[in-house]
Amino acid sequence: MTARLTPVLTAHWDQPRAWTLAAYESTGGYAALRKALSMPAADVLAEVKSSAIRGRGGAGFPAGLKWSFMSPPDGGPRYLVVNADESEPGTCKDIPLLMANPHSVIEGAAISQYAMGSDHAFIYLRGEVVHVYRRLMRAVEEATAAGYLGTDVLGSGTTLRVTPHAGAGAYICGEETALLDSLEGRRGQPRLKPPFPGAAGLYARPTSVNNVETIASVPGILLNGADWFKSMGTEKSTGFGIFSLSGHVTNPGQFEAPLGITMRELIDLAGGIRRGHRIKFWTPGGSSTPIFTEEHLDIPLDFDSVAAAGSMLGTRALQVFDETVSVVRAVSRWTDFYAHESCGKCTPCREGTWWLKQIMERLEHGQGQPGDIGKLDDICDNILGRSFCALGDAATMPISSAIKYFREEFEAGMHTPAAELFSPDASVLFDTSEVKEAAKA
Amino acid sequence: MAGHDASGHLHVSAASKAPYDEATLARLHEDAAAVVARYPQKRSALLPLLHLVQSVDGYVTGRGLEFCAQVLDLTTADVSGVATFYSQYKRHPNGDYTVGVCTNTLCAVMGGDAIWEAVSEHLGVGHDETTADGKITLERIECNAACDYAPVVMANWEFFDNQTPSSTIDLVDELRAGHDVVPTRGADKVCTFKEVSRVLAGFHDGRADEGVAAGPASLLGLKIAHEQGWTAPTPDSRAAAQPAKGAAK
Repeated sequence: MTARLTPVLTAHWDQPRAWTLAAYESTGGYAALRKALSMPAADVLAEVKSSAIRGRGGAGFPAGLKWSFMSPPDGGPRYLVVNADESEPGTCKDIPLLMANPHSVIEGAAISQYAMGSDHAFIYLRGEVVHVYRRLMRAVEEATAAGYLGTDVLGSGTTLRVTPHAGAGAYICGEETALLDSLEGRRGQPRLKPPFPGAAGLYARPTSVNNVETIASVPGILLNGADWFKSMGTEKSTGFGIFSLSGHVTNPGQFEAPLGITMRELIDLAGGIRRGHRIKFWTPGGSSTPIFTEEHLDIPLDFDSVAAAGSMLGTRALQVFDETVSVVRAVSRWTDFYAHESCGKCTPCREGTWWLKQIMERLEHGQGQPGDIGKLDDICDNILGRSFCALGDAATMPISSAIKYFREEFEAGMHTPAAELFSPDASVLFDTSEVKEAAKA
Repeated sequence: MAGHDASGHLHVSAASKAPYDEATLARLHEDAAAVVARYPQKRSALLPLLHLVQSVDGYVTGRGLEFCAQVLDLTTADVSGVATFYSQYKRHPNGDYTVGVCTNTLCAVMGGDAIWEAVSEHLGVGHDETTADGKITLERIECNAACDYAPVVMANWEFFDNQTPSSTIDLVDELRAGHDVVPTRGADKVCTFKEVSRVLAGFHDGRADEGVAAGPASLLGLKIAHEQGWTAPTPDSRAAAQPAKGAAK
């Protein structure tokens, strides 16, 4: 029987004190960095390029290609920025990775810097995870003391530095150019592209922004080779990835598998849908990817297959909702989120998300007005492709897709509150009679 | 308490502009120099410096804004423009503990809304409001990247997984009583808002080695792989171990 799960990044999370340098070295950690430093930087880049690894932060752009698009070295600084601002609703893979094995990201960052001719990497971590920041700072300190980072890494004469940096609460900073502005000490608002970060990124210098999981995959690619990596996954979505199952499955959790595994297989591994219930809708890659339904369970979860089915693989944030859940309530809450997180820089997103929120709220309360569904479609149409960055586009995804699959629930929002059609108590994991008791106490 | 309205402007009371005493200011300058030294350009130090101000003042004060502006050669308008953009920077005195209930869709549906209602009623405060004893600032928070542990509650940005209304009420009661509270995945205890703000400014508190590496949900796939004998192919065995390509292929 072939392996349905292929733990690589998660393989040692169950080791005692897995986050320490000693634990990481005991499982072969930093061997890939030694190997990389013995190779010309161009060969390291070529190996990553040959692996065809596509970015794990959602967009799926080939990482090696991204690095090779950086402006050529001119003697000035070049930067790697690791995007650890994991905030997409449903996405919960980078934070546990950094909590359990920060050294894999640091080793990946060291190798990646070397490949792109940079000597300084920043790891931009969202600020709302203080223990992860402790682990990250400690790991950088340990790696530096052991000579894996510094001005003469492992006696090679190469300088590789990693600076951890904590954000302060803003979803938009996951957008790479907003992240760069934030890292420069500004409001996290996206920049107009071009120029792309590869030409003018951090401090207007050539910069590559890569997701945590992408960078953590680099040591394995270097050590085992691009062919090993490509032996997993599909032809155009190579390798493995962490699939995060949450919501109404029996056992939510993290599953590291070759890209191309199906939702049906993953739900099976998670013990099935919550007992006595059936799946209603799910997100393949977070709330910013159009929802799917039961008919999509056998689509291979790789970039192209999911796109062909009308959604996006995104961050493999698989949120499962069973038949007790009102799609209008779910979408209304996501819409609140986008309105709250819109940075305000561009009009379609700033104003559009606000209007979407008003309409979704009245639909949720059964106070929809004639023409509201058409109005939602119309506003989505005017945001999609017209906003400054992908946040505005993202705000339209749950709405458009939910109307497509569950239009009747939006129509019901003209006269009946969502909570009457779908009792929220039925979706909750605990006995809600407890709520009334507890509040009295 | 003044400045209680959730959507108010940056609260810069006269008291918050009172100058730092000499010792505090000296220590702030020393810490700020260490922060600035981490970056090629000093403005990058602004976010950590605002965390640093909160570690001293408990929120972003007028004097804190002025301090950041002075250290980084910015105007106070520049600094407050940044401070008001990010949700972790508080515009009025924060409680010793920020308790955040995730009410983004997934957590909300799984029980976050019920938890929010129960704890808000129990404490008698709403979003971004602080209990009269100054202990708890309650917040509705967005997704905190722990969806496999829904419903999630954060206390001073430490994880409390798989919460219920009663577990969250116990949590806030323990915090208000001054007892040590242990997060599900985090340090051995929840530190105060000021202590945690200092960590976010980039200063160690020596607690990195406390707590677990991963919770059970994080380890679920690995556990199943162990049970089934599933592994990633080794470099030499890749011809033999063709990976799963999905049932649909």
